[in-house]
Amino acid sequence: MIKTDALIIGAGPTGLFTAHQLKIIGLDCQIVDNLDKIGGQCIELYPDKPIYDIPAIPECTGEELTQNLIKQLEPFKIKFHLKERVDEIKKDNNNWEVKTSNGTKFNTPNIIIAGGVGSFEPRKFPLKECEKFENKSIFYSVKNKKIFDDKTVTIFGGGDSALDWAIELSKNSKVNLVHRRDEFRGANATVDKVHELAKLGKINLLTKYQLSGAKGSSILESIEITHENKEVKTFKTDYVLGFFGLIMQLGPIANWGLNLNKKTIEVDTEKFETNQKGIYAVGDICTYPGKLKLILSGFHEGALAARACFKLAKPNEKYRFEFTTSSKTIKDRLGVKSD
Amino acid sequence: MTKITYIEHNGKEHTIDVQNGLTVMEGAVQNDIPGIDADCGGSMACATCHVYVKDEWYDKLDEKSEGEDDMIDQAYEPKKNSRLSCQITVSDKIEGLIVHLPEKQV
Repeated sequence: MIKTDALIIGAGPTGLFTAHQLKIIGLDCQIVDNLDKIGGQCIELYPDKPIYDIPAIPECTGEELTQNLIKQLEPFKIKFHLKERVDEIKKDNNNWEVKTSNGTKFNTPNIIIAGGVGSFEPRKFPLKECEKFENKSIFYSVKNKKIFDDKTVTIFGGGDSALDWAIELSKNSKVNLVHRRDEFRGANATVDKVHELAKLGKINLLTKYQLSGAKGSSILESIEITHENKEVKTFKTDYVLGFFGLIMQLGPIANWGLNLNKKTIEVDTEKFETNQKGIYAVGDICTYPGKLKLILSGFHEGALAARACFKLAKPNEKYRFEFTTSSKTIKDRLGVKSD
Repeated sequence: MTKITYIEHNGKEHTIDVQNGLTVMEGAVQNDIPGIDADCGGSMACATCHVYVKDEWYDKLDEKSEGEDDMIDQAYEPKKNSRLSCQITVSDKIEGLIVHLPEKQV
């Protein structure tokens, strides 16, 4: 059981700056995120797209913003729990007990949800019959590539994940690559490599097709794909891999008894607290009259939620407002020299 | 104002006067039409404002934006007439546009 003053859910820009604000005022915190990297939507959805409305930064990309926020957190040595999703929370006297998908447990008086539009999950095939083969014959990520050796693997998708795995698995497996159109959206070199391997007969390229059927009793035996012009092909395959990017889902948060408004969480604008004491929501996931879904709003919301956490984390101390320019205590926390 | 018809997957029709200059996505969101999520808010970074444009309209719309097809690859059940509604700007030119909404967005 990890004890911490505050647990932040979400390692996007708002979660990162909220951690900074907690540490500045002398509280400790840890961060959980379902993605395998820090940065949230900035890094997953638009790492290369320029952002023009971060105060005092005329232009930066999602990746640069993330790197700078990580740098700003460096003095604090924050513990991140990546590839973990917060699944359960329950009340434990005045604290919350939190459990993640990996079984990590936290005990904390404060939970700050900085979850954006929810946790990122792989998009799955729309076909119902795919569900019963999931994690047996149909996968949305690769954990152990050895299982594909000497088997037939049919990969769906047109982005880098689909192409990279088609190239990699073509070494030891029979690979079909199926995509709904002729163009691929992977890196140029990767796309060229796929076409080269297709010419050599190492990858069987099937474009303008989509999955339309999956047959088998418990393990997958064959699949059916349908062309844009309605032509149907059926063939045997041992495994199917689908790479259609990630979708964002509110997930378990929806079951925590919080007041929701569509897919956002209602908060007050003093503490950014939800209807549950000690649970706050900041950034894109929170809503209140006048809410703007801007990164700068998330920073403001996180700063205020952090101050609210102080009261529950240190009930016998009084929070005193201080400026980073003049406070010796804050400079000590940052590890910089005072004048 | 331009009339846009949104048809839900269950067949329910909504004909709305949308202000010119907004996107077809914003017209749906501002009028609480179910079936358009628009998680990323119109930055073409998700694929949750996905619509099917009725064939006779598909060719009349401006060309897809660069990268739009890449996002449509990641939509739920993409078809030949798929578009992201955040990339269709409302103007007099598309008076009477009909879009069908997919069964779901995620």
